Formats: sequence, structure tokens, C-alpha cells
Amino acid sequence: MKTLFARNPREGALLLALAGLFLLPLFGVDGFYAFSTFRSLAIDNLPVLIAAAGMTLVIVSGQIDISIGSQFVVGGIAAGLLAKAGLPMPLVVPAVLLLGAALGALNGLLVTFAGMPAIIATLATMVLLRNGVLQATGGDWIQDLPAGFQWFGLSSGVAQLVYLAAAAALFAGFGWAMRNTSGGRAFYAVGCDHEAARRLGLKPLRWVTGAFALLGAATAAAALFNFTRYPTIETNAGLGFELKVIAAVVVGGASITGGRGTLLGTLLGVALLGSIGTVFTFLHLDPAWEKAIQGAILLAAVVADTAFRKEAARG
Amino acid sequence: MLRLRNIAKTYPGVRALRGVELELRAGEVHALLGENGAGKSTLIKIASGVVAPDPGAVIELAGAPVEAATPRRMQELGLAVVYQNPTLFSELSVAENLTLGEDGPVISWRLRNARARELLARVGATFDVELPVKELRMAEKQLLEIARALGRSAKVLILDEPTASLSQQDADRLLDLVEKLRGDGVAILYITHRLEEVLRLADRFTVLRDGAYVGTFPRAEVDRARLVRLMAGRELAELFPKVHAILGDTLLETRGLCHAPSGVRDVSLSVRRGEILGLGGLVGAGRTEFARVLFGLAPATSGEILVEGRPVRVCSVADALAHGLAYVPEDRKEHGVVEALPIVENIALPVLRRFGGAWLDETRENALAAELARRLGVKAASIFVAAGTLSGGNQQKVALARWLATKPRLLILDEPTQGIDVGAKAEIHRLMGELVKDGMAIILISSEMPELLGLADRIAVFRRGRVAGVLPAREATRESLLHLALEDAA
Repeated sequence: MKTLFARNPREGALLLALAGLFLLPLFGVDGFYAFSTFRSLAIDNLPVLIAAAGMTLVIVSGQIDISIGSQFVVGGIAAGLLAKAGLPMPLVVPAVLLLGAALGALNGLLVTFAGMPAIIATLATMVLLRNGVLQATGGDWIQDLPAGFQWFGLSSGVAQLVYLAAAAALFAGFGWAMRNTSGGRAFYAVGCDHEAARRLGLKPLRWVTGAFALLGAATAAAALFNFTRYPTIETNAGLGFELKVIAAVVVGGASITGGRGTLLGTLLGVALLGSIGTVFTFLHLDPAWEKAIQGAILLAAVVADTAFRKEAARG
Repeated sequence: MLRLRNIAKTYPGVRALRGVELELRAGEVHALLGENGAGKSTLIKIASGVVAPDPGAVIELAGAPVEAATPRRMQELGLAVVYQNPTLFSELSVAENLTLGEDGPVISWRLRNARARELLARVGATFDVELPVKELRMAEKQLLEIARALGRSAKVLILDEPTASLSQQDADRLLDLVEKLRGDGVAILYITHRLEEVLRLADRFTVLRDGAYVGTFPRAEVDRARLVRLMAGRELAELFPKVHAILGDTLLETRGLCHAPSGVRDVSLSVRRGEILGLGGLVGAGRTEFARVLFGLAPATSGEILVEGRPVRVCSVADALAHGLAYVPEDRKEHGVVEALPIVENIALPVLRRFGGAWLDETRENALAAELARRLGVKAASIFVAAGTLSGGNQQKVALARWLATKPRLLILDEPTQGIDVGAKAEIHRLMGELVKDGMAIILISSEMPELLGLADRIAVFRRGRVAGVLPAREATRESLLHLALEDAA
């Protein structure tokens, strides 16, 4: 246990912070420690968590994608329109996932083959997709969705449990693959040292493109988890989504310069940043503090990283 | 095991190698020796497939000729290079670095760690295989690189200055390992500047000089003195007309100057008005690092800097400029000129304030730039073309002009003529002569010994961050400089 924390200081610190946060409501607040609180926390944070899994991969590969907020709403609208057009839901899911992967791959190709810096390429696609959506829909919400759309036609109680199980399986599988498959490790190698990876016989450009495509698919999955909760789809949804996701990944200990990051850290990062608002509501604190504290946590994570890097450079 | 024949390499304008032969046998340690720029690095790059030789070269590995060698191909054939700066994945664990690319689609960390421990045992290392590589010491990284090479069952191991950044103790351990590997039948090519090491270790010696093959000699035929003579060769003819300026007072002096992080230790030097002080020594001996300390890029951790006899603090470039220092760095592409900006702005950059506050007086800016460009003989269509479009020599003149615009009293030139053509080189030498005649002091860092011998008044030779000795240029020879630059003779 001791070496576990010594080796994973970030995960240890996050776990402590999370435990502290969840202990706060002990002081004179009723009704926090109920199954329903944690279930709705989990459901609310599912989309961020799933997209963050993909984002971890992209950041580990040494890249970044700020267009996923736009990809997110495109995925939701595509799902709604396809469902309205009469496509059965079991077909809507793969169609939306494929669309997401294609959008992600487009970003990947802009970065690898067109040689654009990731932040510029995805800034362009972010604006493009967002405005494309507004043009195409005229800003109108998607309404009158078929009955099978919301919660896939399940009762919301059952559906929430199914969603949680599906997301948990997806996330765990992704985490396992990142750690225990040659493919998963290739992303780390590429993010750590492009040239050394090339000398090993890996093809860095392909892995980077693949990371973007997987993030696109993960974002599409996040959109499905999110938009099927409601009877309508807002065309201005997903604003700031990318920032939430990136912040959670960075707080989770992924290095923005690539090569380091775990899904466990990302899970804890999402949990910490995503729970502050709810805990504050229960404590009757001004929710305006939520964003400030999230910002402070992000800052602390980056400062810790820099200090760590300096120490490593000295040693 | 490895045989290279008739190796030549021509870069535009430079013949890096010509007619080089190298034969490496199984179970031998073969030393490759030569001064800075003798062509050792190019030869390794050719042997490992990173650089293609000129047509006509023959590369044979394990008895069979290799056509169109690539790094991947040479690696598969059993050749591994351990570079001076290890190419490892710093964020990944020791075990992962050792086994990456070996396993099937699904990884067993238990097997990986076991295999890593076994490989580390072969090089006599005992560190934790789950540690991230960035937490290892330099010596451990070297061992890790060697273990990785062995893991790929390398038959030919090229070690490029493996002990350059190791402590004596670590270096000794590494040498023991090299002897053990020789016993196992590995063919080892050992590149070093530490003659003691190869005299102790090597079976045969191949010497390069100025890109040409000097010869291969068995251990019995060489000693330290002969190796130094072979590397230095004859004196070159006088290419560098020395301008003898009148020496004035001491302009700058350092006393016990140290910069711990970059290994500059206890440097005490002085330079007088009208003097050119040459800094010699091997690449990485601490000359550039010393210059960076003087110019405030890496403030000294201890010791004193005196300008005109008064102690001064140089903690930033602004301080250095205020004391009349200027530094033209080694890497002109990286730090010397701003390629996208026109010549005029490159030259005026450090003195912009002189042309007014919010609004620049462009007429005066242009006049200054034109004057300096003319004085230095910058060849360009006008002073408004981008600096990046110029040849290396002309870029270097622009970099120089920029610092002359600050009207320095002491100019530090770091490898000012590296990689530029002969004409531009001569003009830069001529200019240096003019500057010292006007009473400027110059510190010249050069890895080209004839340049140092020809231009400098005195030459300070650096070795491992310290000044190994200061010689008047009149008394110095290529051989005496090389003796100082290499490890102490016993």
C-alpha cells in the first residue's frame, strides 16, 4: 500500500482530496449520504468521464483536442435526427459512433498529415462544427423525438443502472487495454518520444490519428449517454464541455507534454471536479465558488507537475 | 562482424568523410579516435543506417553486404548504438523500456518484469524495474541502454562516449561490463576522448583526422603519445593571418567562476582590450556553458566577474549588455537570427530603444542596419529581405552585426565559422582583426584548432568544466592543445 502511493502520488492525493470532500457533509447536513445522491452524481458525470477516457489517450499521445464540445453536440443532433428519420435505436448507436470516429480521424489527419499543431487544427474544427450545427438547424432544438429515444425506451430507474453498468464496463475495458496491450502502450511510447518510437518500428503518425479517432468515438458515446436522458436536444449544448474534460484529465495526472497518464487518475479527476458542485449545494454554499475551486485544483495540479519535472531534471 | 569499406560522405560544401575503412571483429573492443569534427559521429551514423554514405561504399554485417541500410534494418541484423544521451522513454518504466516492441498483443506485466530483471542482471544492474526511467541516474540509463541492446541480441555494440557524463566509479563499472561483453563474443566499437580508457581496454585503434582515414593500429603499436600525434597530424599551413593589436588594460576577469548545474567549475580567466582569448577543448567541455554564465543566461552560482577591475553582478542578459558584453551564440538558426524578420530588424533588435519610444525612427534604424551590413559585407539583395533566405555565412554576419550594434566592449563568439564557406569565414576573421584593433576584446570559442592557433593571442583549454591550462598562442601547437583537452597524462 505504501509503495502503491509512493509510486502513484497523484492518485493518492486525489483519493485523499475526494475523501475529504465527501466527508464535509458529515457536519450538519442531512440527506447527502443516500444512494440517490451518488447515482445522480454518477449519471451527471458519465458523459465527461467517457469523453475523458478518450482525451487521456490523446493527451498521452502528446496531443490535444479542443473541438470535442462541438463533436459532442453534433453526435447528439445526429442521433436525434437519425431516430426521427425512423432508424431503430440499435442502429443509431453504431452510426453515431462511426460519425464520431470519422470526425476525430479528421482532426487526427489535420495534425499528422497536414502537419498542423493540434490546438490550431481542433480550434478550426471546433468553430466549423459549432457554426455548421447552428446553420443546419437554424438554432432550433430537436423535438418530437420517437418514444424509444429517451432512455432507449426504458424506465428511467432501470435505464440509469444500465447506463452506469455500460459506462463502467466501457471505461474498465479501455483502462485495461491502455495498460495491458501492446497497442495501448504504443500511445505512451509515441507521446513520450516520437523519434525513439519510430526507431522501434512504430508508426507515430498512425497512432496519433488513431488516438484522435478513438476520442471522437468516445465523445460520440458520451453524447449518446447524455442526450438520450432528455426528451429534446438543445443545439447549443456542449459549450465548455472540452474544458471540463481536459481539466479532469490534467488534474488526473496526465502530462500535457505526453507519455504519462492513467485512466484511474482521470476517473478520480472527473470525480473530484464533478462532485464539488453537488457537495456545495448540500452545504448551502454559494455555487459560484464551484468554478473558482475547480480552477484552483487545476492550478495546483499543474504546479505540482512543474515542480515534479524540475526535480526530475535535477536528479 | 562489421566491415566498412571505402566510406565517404559529402555534405553540400563539406567533405565529412573520405576513404574510411573499419573492421570490427567478434570479441574485440575497437577504439575509434579523432578530434572534434574528425568524422567519428558521421561514421557511426553511417554504420547504424541513420545517414546514407556516398555511392561506392560497402557495408558488411555478419559476412553479408547490406544494401540500403536503415536504422531498423541494422538493428534487426544485430547492431545496436548506445548514444551519449540515451534515447529512452523517460516517462515509462525500466521494464517497459527494455521490452517495448517485443511482446504480442496482450502484455503480461509479470513476464515483462521478470525478463527485464534478467536483462538487467546481465549488465550487473540491480535497480527496480518498475521505476520510471526519468528517475534513474545517468550511469543507470547507460546500463539500461546496453541491457536493451543485449535484449535484442546485439552482436555489434557501438558505444558513443559512454563515460563522458559518468563519475569515475560509474565509469569503472561500465568498463568492467565492456570487458565482460567482449568475453561473451560481442564486437564493440568504443568512441571516447578518454585515452586512458581505451589504452586499458581496446584491442585495436582506428584513427580519423579531418574526415580522412589515418589507419588502424593494434594495441602493441600505440601509446598515448603516438595516438595524440596520429590524431593531431601535422601543423596546417598559416590560413589565418593574425592581426596583432595593441593590448590594453584588462577588461574582464573572472575569479573562481562556477555554475553548478552545467558543470562549470572554478574558472579564473582574464581578457584585455585588443586581445583575442581563444577557448579550446572538446565539445561539451564547458566552453559554451562558461560563455552563457558571462552573458547572464545562466547566472553564476559562485565566483566573481570583474569588469575593468570592479566586481559586477551579471544575473541577466540586461546586466551583461549594460556592462558592454555581447554574445553571438553557436546555434545561429536556433538563437542567432530571427529567420522570418528582415535583415534590418534583425540587426536593430537589441538596440530598438535607441530609435525612440512608442514610434520607431525607421530612417535611423535603416541607416544603422545598412551601415553595419556594409561593414560586415553581408551579401543580400537589400536589407529588407528575410534573414532566413540568406546563406549560413551571411546569416552569421547578420547575427554579428546585431551585436555590434550594441557597441560592445567584449564580444563572445561561439563557433562563429562553423559550417560556413571559406569566403565568409575569411571575412569574419578579417572583421575580428579590425575589431580588436579598435580596442575591443574578443573571446573566441572554436573547435577548430587551427582557427584558435591562428587567431587567438592566448588559448585557454577547457576540460570537464575547468580550465586545464592557458597557453600563449605562439607557443601552442595542435598537439599541446590536444594533450590539455584530453584527460591528464599519467
